[in-house]
Amino acid sequence: MSESITRRKLITSGLVTAAGVAGLGGAWRIADKYGFLAPDHQGILGMGEALTYGAQRILMSRHSLAREFDRSQISKIIPVNGEPPKTEAYQRLLANGFADWRLMVDGLVDHPSTFSLVDLKRFPSRSQITHQACEEGWSFIAEWSGVPLSYVLHLVGVRPEAKWVVFFALDDDWDSVDMPEAFHPQTLLVLGMNGQELPTRHGAPLRVRVPRQLGQKSKKYLSRILVTDTVKNIGKGWGAADPEFGYSWYMGI
Amino acid sequence: MTESTYSRVLTVPDLELSTAPRHSVVVRITHWVTTFSFLALVLSGIAILLAHPRLYWGETGARDGPSLIDLPLPFVLDVPMRGPGRYVHFLFAWILLFTGLVYVVDGLLSHHFSRHLLPVRYDLSWKKLRRLMLDHLRLKPAGDEDALSYNLLQRVAYLVVIFVVFPLMFWTGLAMSPAITSVFPSIVTFWGGQQSARTLHFLTACVLLLFLVVHVAMVCLAGFTGRVRAMITGHVAATKEHI
Repeated sequence: MSESITRRKLITSGLVTAAGVAGLGGAWRIADKYGFLAPDHQGILGMGEALTYGAQRILMSRHSLAREFDRSQISKIIPVNGEPPKTEAYQRLLANGFADWRLMVDGLVDHPSTFSLVDLKRFPSRSQITHQACEEGWSFIAEWSGVPLSYVLHLVGVRPEAKWVVFFALDDDWDSVDMPEAFHPQTLLVLGMNGQELPTRHGAPLRVRVPRQLGQKSKKYLSRILVTDTVKNIGKGWGAADPEFGYSWYMGI
Repeated sequence: MTESTYSRVLTVPDLELSTAPRHSVVVRITHWVTTFSFLALVLSGIAILLAHPRLYWGETGARDGPSLIDLPLPFVLDVPMRGPGRYVHFLFAWILLFTGLVYVVDGLLSHHFSRHLLPVRYDLSWKKLRRLMLDHLRLKPAGDEDALSYNLLQRVAYLVVIFVVFPLMFWTGLAMSPAITSVFPSIVTFWGGQQSARTLHFLTACVLLLFLVVHVAMVCLAGFTGRVRAMITGHVAATKEHI
């Protein structure tokens, strides 16, 4: 009697486990289809990342705005991480006031294009005073102005199968955002900071600002924007260079 | 049997001394998953903190500006341990959240909170409370009745940790997220800013660590093996009074 109950229990729990695994597999596929999976969700540690990114993508509307501040709240002390690239190529661009610099926008777009600094400065501009926290722990508030990334993406015509927008930088760093973040009204291609030209240490000639994520996502010294449906073929395929150093790809935290 | 033993047992009439488990299986499992997750969160939290062991109040803060607390710890920037540390931190935050939800829902449905954790009227007198506190301060070993029920100080401490301190931990953690605060800005403005939330996240973690130290000290004082055995197997070793 007790033996048969044990067997029944065993079968039941086996079936429940199997159903659970199948359900999880199905959920995974659906999550992937609707863009709720981060590129670096692999492995046991990636499960936390997958949950965080998926939950936040479900919770956040595409247009929930990062908090904006008053001009009086702009920080007087603005730390900088890292130095501008020491490469000869960057130094040459800098010496010439970035007149020879071009931003290439290509990939899954109807009109692959290159833009000069003059082109970008002619586009409609937007300013925002936002909080930027470094993943280390410090933070500051600054005013950023530039062209909404969405404007440039509309200009080149993003194809419907696009899933990621990848940023490549002159210091060989690279990173990516998903389409909701790329088309978010506060995601800026930054040309100016606190009413001045963007300082070199803050990413001149061009940096991106992604204010709904930690500062690490706001890459500096951009040279190319690639629109793509997969990041698997770039680097280790984890969506950015940072995950290769142990960081997570999603920085909305 | 002393009078106090008799009375305490009376307040939990459904406790069958010899057969009913001291802790239900849900309480036992969630206890140990929480223990493990909490330790993982503390260690990974330290790994994250060490990148910038300085705390501020308000929205912003940086190394060259004024701080609230300068922790006597080194700035560890060159070792990339906070990246993996953050993966670990978030994974176990999720595990802790699910475990906590299971525990709270089960605690409500099984009347665990109302039966075992809500202070009982019998204990609510200044005289009793004073004696309880003095006993604790004198490190008086727990009596047999304490193996079967919680005293007032335990009940209040557990309830505060479960319903105030842990939720505060999640709240201040989420208040640091620029994505979450784009949806619910008031969770961070309530504390006066992102750096305030970070500081409170740290201080709340210290409260939990203090609780852990006292909790483990009390377990040792009451008899480590017996108490831990009860939290693993569910059963209290029978004493001569309870056979």
